[in-house]
Amino acid sequence: MNCKGVIRELSNYIDGELEPAIKEELERHLQHCEDCTMILDQTKKSIEILCDSEPIPLPPDLHERLHSALRERMGKKSD
Amino acid sequence: MSAADPHRLPSSVAREDEHLLVAAAKNGNDASFEELVNRYERKILRLTRNITGNQEDAEDAMQDAFMKAYAHLDGFQGDSRFYTWLVRIAANEALMRLRRRRPGQFSLDQPLEGDKDLMPRELEDWRPSPEREYAQAEIQQILGHAVEKLEPEYRIVLALRDVEELSTQETAEALGISVSAVKSRLLRARLKLRDKLSRHFRRGGLN
Repeated sequence: MNCKGVIRELSNYIDGELEPAIKEELERHLQHCEDCTMILDQTKKSIEILCDSEPIPLPPDLHERLHSALRERMGKKSD
Repeated sequence: MSAADPHRLPSSVAREDEHLLVAAAKNGNDASFEELVNRYERKILRLTRNITGNQEDAEDAMQDAFMKAYAHLDGFQGDSRFYTWLVRIAANEALMRLRRRRPGQFSLDQPLEGDKDLMPRELEDWRPSPEREYAQAEIQQILGHAVEKLEPEYRIVLALRDVEELSTQETAEALGISVSAVKSRLLRARLKLRDKLSRHFRRGGLN
């Protein structure tokens, strides 16, 4: 497997979705290719940073708007 | 939300009670539905913001998603997590608005052409630990800008797959596209995100 082949399978590799034979081939390439190893590590790190991202704070009026719309709808249901 | 709000359950209540809240809401207990909204409103806003890339559309999509979830609660069969079901509704609302604002500008299911653009451009070492060198708020800002600059089709799969942590299959179902269309976009999305973050996190990069 060459560098292009590794990059093409990078995402599947990270998600653990590769066939054992292809995974083995990819890992053999990683053992001697610093660039691909670096790209793999940085891509994993990017996903980690993304996973850790905090939900954005809700603008104060939005919470109120949402809940009053819901309560209005809930009120209609019980009419 | 004030601590005195009667709909707010104490934070010590375990997340595992989701199915109890859903069952109560389905039985007509509106306070339980409001608790589910309290619990997920920030996450759903993050999702709709990530998809639409526009605050106004994100807020409208979030509100409509909860209204629809309430109206169709009887249709929730419980074969997935309530949150996953909610994410699908919210993603749909957000996509509708994005398509209205950018008609014909992106496609989630067209085959992607070749892999010429696949090879990463930025090939430099990163600083050992960006999280230790940057304050959390700075990281969030850098990440926010990087995600915003991605093309919508990449932003969308990244939001569902890597932020909301849906499976590839669930992402495909939520977007009404094939698993292979999700995978090809996810690969590009992740590589592009890495490329954009590299400009900040490489040794001697932007500050």
